[in-house]
Amino acid sequence: MFSKILIANRGEIACRVITTAHRLGVKTIAIYSDADANSKHVSMADEAVYIGASPVAESYLQADRIIAVALANGAQAIHPGYGFLSENPGFVQSVEKAGLVFIGPSATAIEAMGLKDAAKRLMENAGVPSVPGYLGESQDLDVLEREADRMGYPVLIKARAGGGGKGMRLVENREDFKELFEAASREGESSFGDSVCIVEKYITRPRHIEIQVFGDNHGNVVHLFERDCSLQRRHQKVIEEAPAPDMPVGVRKAMGQAAVDAAKAIGYSGAGTVEFIVDGSSGLREDGFWFMEMNTRLQVEHPVSEAITGLDFVELQLRVAAGEPLPFAQEDLTINGWSFEARVYAEDVPKGFLPAIGVIEHLNFPENCSDFGAGSVRVDSGVRQGDAISPFYDPMIAKIIVHGPTRASALNLLTRALLQTHVGGTVTNMEFLSALAKHSEFSSADVDTDLIARNIDSLTSESAPPESVIALAAIASLGLLDKETDHSVKLWDELLGWCHWSSSAYTSNLVADGAAFRQQITIVDQHQFTVAGEGTSCELKIHHVSGSEFNVEHNGLQSSVNLVLNKQSVFVFYDSQSFTFERPDYLNAQADEAIGGDVVVAPMPGVVTVLSAKTGQKVLAGDTLAVLEAMKMEHALQAPRNGIVAGVLCAVGDQVVDGDLLIQLDSDNA
Amino acid sequence: MSVINSKISTRSAMFKDNVAAHEIAMDVVREAEAVSIGGGGQKSRERHQSRGKMLPRDRVTHLLDPGSPFLEVGIFAAFNLHDSACPAAGLIAGVGRVCGRDVMVVCNDATVKGGTYFPMSVKKHLRAQKIAEENNLPCIYLVDSGGANLPNQDEVFADENHFGRIFFNQANMSAKGIPQIAVVMGSCTAGGAYVPAMSDISIIVKDQGTIFLAGPPLVKAATGEVVTAEALGGADVHTRLSGVADYLANDDDHALAITREVVSNLNHTKHAMVTLCDAEPPLYDPEEILGVVPADLRTPYDIREVIARLVDGSRFDEFKQRYGTTLVCGFAHVMGIPVGIIANNGVLFSEAAVKGAHFVELCSQRKTPLVFLQNITGFMVGQKYESEGIAKHGAKLVTAVATTSVPKITLLVGGSFGAGNYGMCGRAYSPRFLWTWPNSRISVMGGEQAAGVLATVRRDSIERRGESWSVEEETAFKKPTIDMFEEQSHPLYASARLWDDGIIDPRKSRDVLALSLRAALNAPIEETKFGLFRM
Repeated sequence: MFSKILIANRGEIACRVITTAHRLGVKTIAIYSDADANSKHVSMADEAVYIGASPVAESYLQADRIIAVALANGAQAIHPGYGFLSENPGFVQSVEKAGLVFIGPSATAIEAMGLKDAAKRLMENAGVPSVPGYLGESQDLDVLEREADRMGYPVLIKARAGGGGKGMRLVENREDFKELFEAASREGESSFGDSVCIVEKYITRPRHIEIQVFGDNHGNVVHLFERDCSLQRRHQKVIEEAPAPDMPVGVRKAMGQAAVDAAKAIGYSGAGTVEFIVDGSSGLREDGFWFMEMNTRLQVEHPVSEAITGLDFVELQLRVAAGEPLPFAQEDLTINGWSFEARVYAEDVPKGFLPAIGVIEHLNFPENCSDFGAGSVRVDSGVRQGDAISPFYDPMIAKIIVHGPTRASALNLLTRALLQTHVGGTVTNMEFLSALAKHSEFSSADVDTDLIARNIDSLTSESAPPESVIALAAIASLGLLDKETDHSVKLWDELLGWCHWSSSAYTSNLVADGAAFRQQITIVDQHQFTVAGEGTSCELKIHHVSGSEFNVEHNGLQSSVNLVLNKQSVFVFYDSQSFTFERPDYLNAQADEAIGGDVVVAPMPGVVTVLSAKTGQKVLAGDTLAVLEAMKMEHALQAPRNGIVAGVLCAVGDQVVDGDLLIQLDSDNA
Repeated sequence: MSVINSKISTRSAMFKDNVAAHEIAMDVVREAEAVSIGGGGQKSRERHQSRGKMLPRDRVTHLLDPGSPFLEVGIFAAFNLHDSACPAAGLIAGVGRVCGRDVMVVCNDATVKGGTYFPMSVKKHLRAQKIAEENNLPCIYLVDSGGANLPNQDEVFADENHFGRIFFNQANMSAKGIPQIAVVMGSCTAGGAYVPAMSDISIIVKDQGTIFLAGPPLVKAATGEVVTAEALGGADVHTRLSGVADYLANDDDHALAITREVVSNLNHTKHAMVTLCDAEPPLYDPEEILGVVPADLRTPYDIREVIARLVDGSRFDEFKQRYGTTLVCGFAHVMGIPVGIIANNGVLFSEAAVKGAHFVELCSQRKTPLVFLQNITGFMVGQKYESEGIAKHGAKLVTAVATTSVPKITLLVGGSFGAGNYGMCGRAYSPRFLWTWPNSRISVMGGEQAAGVLATVRRDSIERRGESWSVEEETAFKKPTIDMFEEQSHPLYASARLWDDGIIDPRKSRDVLALSLRAALNAPIEETKFGLFRM
């Protein structure tokens, strides 16, 4: 076994690898960029070395620099994690040339699987089926019809240059082929100037099922069963599970064997995944799965397979890379129970899953969950409360993994775990994940890769905060919820809002998602409040339970609500929904007033892409002075008034954050 | 410490009758309170708000820490006075917390005659300042006032305790290191201009606050100059040109936020001068007070039943329990704060007076705050008592109470008549706070007694002339005096004249004592030097 390794990655996977390495007594070196200087993986590793600026091209993709760091600090091997350099054969060669071990497959294996078409041919030669199709140049109707017959109807005719559904026709019966082929061809010509069409087998109810494989340097390859990753949104996996629902033993065996054959065909060593597209229209069949691609690395969703096999895949990776043989044979492996993984992301679901950023002001994971380890609830996360989700990297916050004896029990665990996961400070996909976990098609195991797209509206419906939540936030924002438990102090707390005769009223002003909420709060006693909004009035009884949890009684219904307060915001977590209310900052109201006055500030984080303002330049109100690219959108920043540019405080290419002062106008020319 | 064992049955008919009688007395107070809280009336309040200004009470709650108790003083000031023209004397005053620090807030109510100062307004403002000065409480003035009320100028301007005293107090408190902060949220005209000008720090609200010695009408009359209020003394002028104000605020919310920031930077540390214990509730519910205190002042009852419902754990370490039994003295805690309690349990005799003086000495040496539960018809009268020197024994108690340096809080729970008022720390003896119950009565003596004295003098005079005076004639003669005393001894009559700091709900007595003591502990407790005790 190695005594010291370098982890050429960041975030949760770096933390994941470090956890196992430390358990095995292996020392770790982390690398980090500017943005990650104070990140979790840096704090967990034994040593950490700065590798470059925040953009990945200047840090986590700097192969030579990473290898130099490994050499200089006495690492014997490099673990690439996933993404970044994990499937880069050139990097593997450089690592090996430097005399270090790459914890993963050989460069040739990666290369063989890197080119999708070549990989498919390679697999076909090895007897692993891929989706039938005709990709040739011939446009002869007879040739194409013959090919379609061979692959079996329905088939899909696609204009070679097409996209977005244009130039695409689904053919259910042979007699329609000619007509639909001509239509697709015409559409290809008119839309793209290319009439050439290809034909593919159409899979009616596709499921994404992948096989985890492991090889060693002694010629052994085993599979560790399958994962079903059919819950996808635009090819992004959302919730994964292992094993796959309704998987017949025979099909599992056939798919497992195909994956092992695929891995053996390229002399595979280490962890890998063979992905198949599977026809789920009438039950899984031994002739109903086709090779898509092989991922030559540890995958994000590996924990579900770890859960059902009881193995630590990172440990296996390290042992295999260190030259040890796999400690088991295929027949030693069994499936134990069921596992799900849900990926928690900072993303704005209602705005089309836009990646989001922000500081995680509050982070709470389910009770009794294990970090990167076995247990009924496991959480793999690369961030802590107070950390930032930066625009530079994948906005993943955590993976919530559950393991139960049956699919139903595991799904209950997942629903419960999601309820107990609270993220404040950035928008997340939590509500979407909860809606998905509760979706009837998913819970009845009726899954396919189109499930999310088909139900997208119901899964992403946005709900306004309920009356009780708004009222609770108002009470909390005024600091009227005291969590003191000390008995003596409590008596003084009972004087909350104390007056001689009439009780006093407080006004709370909050903003949530651009909507303003103004409410009058009257204190009945320290646990009871009357809250009057516009035309509504309600009574709340509130008792602190523990931590961020409160018991809130509204209209005779008691419910558990989690609430976190910080200087700027109130975060309320209620029944799988989370709401953020912004608190007014009267003291800094003056700064706001300055906007629209003498300065142009960045309205959101982004990169300055155009800068037309020059010092001394005369500008008119509304002139575009700069353009900020943020969240894949261009925002024109305009002069707030007529005047003269007094100073330009940014440059093209600058990464700026929300509120940064960019351009100043001369105050005397107001 | 021994625990008081209550002998009251909360299910007895008497208990219920007492509660009912107190409720009637409290209803009268509640009605008066509604008048005070209502300020200048609905129309005036709407006009005030339409100018973008917060109502005065909202200003106070938004200045204080959310949920801070507000120990308001002088709620009933000017009640039925000045032709009922200025509810609460046009001011809100009281002790609350800002950024964890106890402060005195004095807030003009511009909905009441433009926030101008009536005679009672001046008295209330000065009372609030006195509380601040005695208890070392920073003063925050939320100013919105047209200055002296001109029709009443003869009663507000010239005398020692008139308008000018406000600024005298500001200067002297500032000299003692008691911060003076003014927030100009409306007019600050003429004399009013000196409130911000004499403050350590002042904040002014844009488009609302104005400060000038003479407003535009007076300027025009005096010099012919035509100028707008804003240009004459608006926020911009005073923060940019004159320097009369220090901070410019966009609106009331902003101004109050700035004020809170100012208080947070006062660099204050509170030194507790007493050993605080963990607070614990009384064994007996303070709610029961209404049932244990007889509605009729003439019905005797054991004051320990009240003490049992005020102090922590109903624990009371009674001093000289077997001596001078009409004055109950002892040590206890109120919300963890140690106190010495002196409570009437009947007429004061010589022994009781001497015992009381002894107990005041004890508390002064230990620097334990004193709480007086006053229910006193007076010192015992008669030849036997005069000859044993009850006057000099009473004087010992009065001397002790007058000269002790420990904080004194007086709660008037029943009658306050004659010299008993002095011995039991009446207003003239400068208790830090003096609160009264709705059932209490205060006058130099009882109405019956006063009428009796006058009638006796009259009868003597008539009979000296050899004439006769019928019982009917005597009754008719006595009635106006009895009626006058009845009216003038009512707590609302007293509170309207600021003879006290307010009438309270008896069930909240424990809270009021705790908050009063808490406020009082902001000032260090000095060594006591007593006056001469006549032996």
